[in-house]
Amino acid sequence: MTVQEKYRSLTDAAAAAGVTNLQVRDQDGVLYVDGTAPNGAVKDQLWKIYDSIDPNYLSGDLVLDVKVSVDASVTKVKVTTEKSNLNIRKGPGTDQPIVGKAAHGEIITLISQASEQWWLVRTDDGEEGYAYAQYLTPEA
Amino acid sequence: MKLSKVLFALVIATTVSFVSCKPKDSDIQAAIEKALTANPDFAKATVAVADGVATISGEVKDDATKTAIETAVKAIKGVKSFVNNTTVPPPPPAPVVITQDDPLTQGVKDAIKDIPGITATVEDGVVKVAGTISKDKWTMLRKAIDALSPKKVDGTGLTIK
Repeated sequence: MTVQEKYRSLTDAAAAAGVTNLQVRDQDGVLYVDGTAPNGAVKDQLWKIYDSIDPNYLSGDLVLDVKVSVDASVTKVKVTTEKSNLNIRKGPGTDQPIVGKAAHGEIITLISQASEQWWLVRTDDGEEGYAYAQYLTPEA
Repeated sequence: MKLSKVLFALVIATTVSFVSCKPKDSDIQAAIEKALTANPDFAKATVAVADGVATISGEVKDDATKTAIETAVKAIKGVKSFVNNTTVPPPPPAPVVITQDDPLTQGVKDAIKDIPGITATVEDGVVKVAGTISKDKWTMLRKAIDALSPKKVDGTGLTIK
C-alpha cells in the first residue's frame, strides 16, 4: 500500500472540509499534505484522522502541515497558554531576549503575523514584541 | 424506353465516378494512422474519421506536439476538417521544499522549549524526538514540528503516556 492510499481518508476529508491550496505529494516514501483549513476545528479533525490511521503518529511517513486561516481583520488575540504567562520577545525565536509578558487569558493586540510560528503583538501596557503563535487564539 | 435506360446508366455511372473521386473515411483514417505511427510523439493519439472530419484523441506530451499533430493530419488528402481533442497532462507537482537544518533546529528548539523531558535532534531534515510525553502534548508538538516543513519526524524514541 502506498502512503497515498494509506492516508486517502485523511486527504479526502481535507478536501471535503474545504481545505484550500491542498497539496498532496509523495516524496521518498513520505506523504506531504499541505493546505489551509478554514478553522481550527477542521485542523483538529484531520489530526484525529491521522491518529486513527497511524496511532501516536509514529510511522514517520506523513508530514501534515495544514495551517489555519486567520482573517486579516483579526486584531485581537487571546493568550491560550496552559496556565503560565506568555513571553514577548524582541525577535522571533526563543533565543531572543524577553521584552514583556502577557498573562494567561489576557487579550492582546495582534500587529502582524510575522511567520507561522511567531506573531508580532502588543499588550495593553504597550509592551511590543514577538510571541509564539501556538499560544495565541484569534478573537472573533 | 431506350432513352430512359441510357439515362439510367448515365446516372449510375456518374454516381459511381463521384463516389470514387471522394476518398473514403476508412482510407483517410488509415492514412492518418500511418502518419501517426511515423512519429513516436504521436504514439498515444488515436483517430476517428466521419464524413471527412478527423477527430484526434489521446494524450500528447506538450502543446507543441498538439499543434504538430494538427499540421500532420491537415496535410492528409481528404481531411475536410479537424477536431483536436488531444490532451496534455498537467505538469508534475513542484518538489516538496524541506527546511534547512539550521532554521529547522531553531524552530524545533522553540517548539520543545516548554515541554520538559523532551529532547530533539535534527539531521538532514529529519527531526528525532525522544523522551516521555503525554498524548496531548505530543499532538501539540507534532503540529508545531510539521508546520516547520521537516523531511520527516521520527518519534520512535518517545514514551507516550
